[in-house]
Amino acid sequence: MMALKMALRSIGANKMRAGLTMLGIIIGVLALVVLVSLVNSTTDSITSEVSSLGSSLLTVLVKDDHGSPLKLDNLQSWIDENPAIAAISPYASSNSTGKYGQENAGFSLTGVTGDYLEINGQKLVQGRYINLADVRNSSRVCVLDETSAKDLIGFVDCIGEEVSFDGVKYKVIGVIEAEDSIASFFSSSLNAYIPYSSLVRLSTSTGTAITTLYAGPADGYTVAQAEESLKELLLDRFDDDEDAFRISSVNIIEEAMNKVSSALTVLLGSIAAISLIVGGIGIMNIMLVTVTERTREIGIRKAIGASHRTILVQFLIEAVMLCMMGCALGIFFSWAILQIVSIITIDTSLSFHLQGNVVLWSVIFCFVIGLVFGLYPANKAAKMKPIDALHYGG
Amino acid sequence: MIELRDVSKIYKIGEERVRALDHANLHVYPHEFVSVIGPSGSGKSTLMNIIGCLDTADDGQYLLEGTPIEDYTENELAQIRSRKIGFVFQSFNLIPKLSAEENVELPLIYQKVRKNERMKRVHEALERVGLENRAKHQPTELSGGQQQRVAIARALVTRPSLILADEPTGNLDSHTSREILGILRELHNQGNTIVLITHDNDIARQAKRIVHILDGKLTEVTG
Ligand SMILES: Nc1ncnc2c1ncn2[C@@H]1O[C@H](COP(=O)(O)OP(=O)(O)OP(=O)(O)O)[C@@H](O)[C@H]1O
Ligand SMILES: [Mg+2]
Repeated sequence: MMALKMALRSIGANKMRAGLTMLGIIIGVLALVVLVSLVNSTTDSITSEVSSLGSSLLTVLVKDDHGSPLKLDNLQSWIDENPAIAAISPYASSNSTGKYGQENAGFSLTGVTGDYLEINGQKLVQGRYINLADVRNSSRVCVLDETSAKDLIGFVDCIGEEVSFDGVKYKVIGVIEAEDSIASFFSSSLNAYIPYSSLVRLSTSTGTAITTLYAGPADGYTVAQAEESLKELLLDRFDDDEDAFRISSVNIIEEAMNKVSSALTVLLGSIAAISLIVGGIGIMNIMLVTVTERTREIGIRKAIGASHRTILVQFLIEAVMLCMMGCALGIFFSWAILQIVSIITIDTSLSFHLQGNVVLWSVIFCFVIGLVFGLYPANKAAKMKPIDALHYGG
Repeated sequence: MIELRDVSKIYKIGEERVRALDHANLHVYPHEFVSVIGPSGSGKSTLMNIIGCLDTADDGQYLLEGTPIEDYTENELAQIRSRKIGFVFQSFNLIPKLSAEENVELPLIYQKVRKNERMKRVHEALERVGLENRAKHQPTELSGGQQQRVAIARALVTRPSLILADEPTGNLDSHTSREILGILRELHNQGNTIVLITHDNDIARQAKRIVHILDGKLTEVTG
């Protein structure tokens, strides 16, 4: 307590110098907190946008069906019996060549049921989506997305047109909004959705046994509740074997975003950490000057009974306090900057705020830097022989 | 209380060797008031630094209250300086940023005395040197005599068994010097052991016992 007051005093005695010394730390903290907060806030808002499309989505992969493969009928009964699950769709995809008149295009054909529209958050712009009857009858109908319709057929209003996939003719029954997802950006093929049962017939790689399915929770139920319910069903089905299947509620894009974001955080964090270390060296430098300047004071203190430890602690506290004050100012300025950025970007969907864990980390980091870079000067002070120190400079 | 046996201190400056203390022998008993007198450069300060555990001898033995000083670690020496010895320097040696009160309080902080007790003793000490009304002043706001009185208060606040004064009046006029000496004599009357170092005969005569020092050699003067 007393030592804190003393340290505060001697920092206060030379405010200009203390301020300049702290500048290194302030800038370091500023860089760390602002950059990391910006990256995190940006990726947060992007992922929340991405996940609004499909984070209420549960994915089930069946790895081992224990001799009783899942069939379409099973899925329908699951929905009927479980209030937590509102929608289930099997999922399989296959590459195929789509043909319309003279036009050819590579297609990614996805076999689903009617529930997929809702689960995947797609929006219908023309006609209707695949329904129960289509699936039951393995009808040769397809739903295109806008991009595919434009590319292959040439216009969006194409209900009733016939497209052939691998030589089999399919009637277009609906068009959905084009997906602006990152995944679709990277894939060059066009998208078409057909009844799952039709894909089974068309593609040799897709069988009647369902290995991938998507499900969505009912209104008023959380994803976790739906997941729980689904898990029970699957355990029941596969002889209580937890390893027979995998349920995940995380969306692939979100995962990828998180990876990018954490890589960026580490990168920017280490750049900022380097500037903090430079700030620490500044602190060490000034502490060395302080110790030399106050040699006589150290001599007096030792003469009247200060021990090695007391002097060491006194100067360490001073160094750490300089760092922590710099840190506090840095955090304050970061907060101010983020506040300003938020105001500027108020009409975008991005929101910037101080990230609690970055603040915590920078506080810890500053503390450690104060300790590490304060240790050498403090030890130099503590080691002084009282007699030499007393006679220093007359 | 203090026993020096053949203590020598040699300073080497390049090739030259200066014997600041040359086989000095001295015995100071509890409750004594001893003054050490000698000309400039005779080794008075060196003697005091060794007695005060600020420096160590190169040769010979120094026993403080019966224990040889060489046996102590750096930390134990700090403890001894803290608890047993009170210093009064020629140049006052107050810490400029701290008020009179805080300067006097410092040795008690190092002894880890509780706040209440500390304040009580600080004010007692300042009262004894007649400076209770200057408690909040910084050293620069005090006269030389007042600064030296603060230094004396700082030396006696820990109730040390030994007070070492190295030319405490060297920087003061004769009137203030008499005041300071008066305080030291009073402390002696209250039972403190005092070693007073000076180059002034008049001042030395204040003590019951006078020791001469010349070129690092001590000789007893029986008055
Ligand atoms: N740190 C040192 N390094 C080298 N020589 C020293 C040192 N300190 C003292 N001396 C020498 O030791 C001798 C005694 O010095 P000391 O300071 O004890 O004298 P003093 O009697 O206190 O003198 P004064 O009355 O001027 O204070 C002197 O010759 C001085 O030059
Ligand atoms: Mg001297």
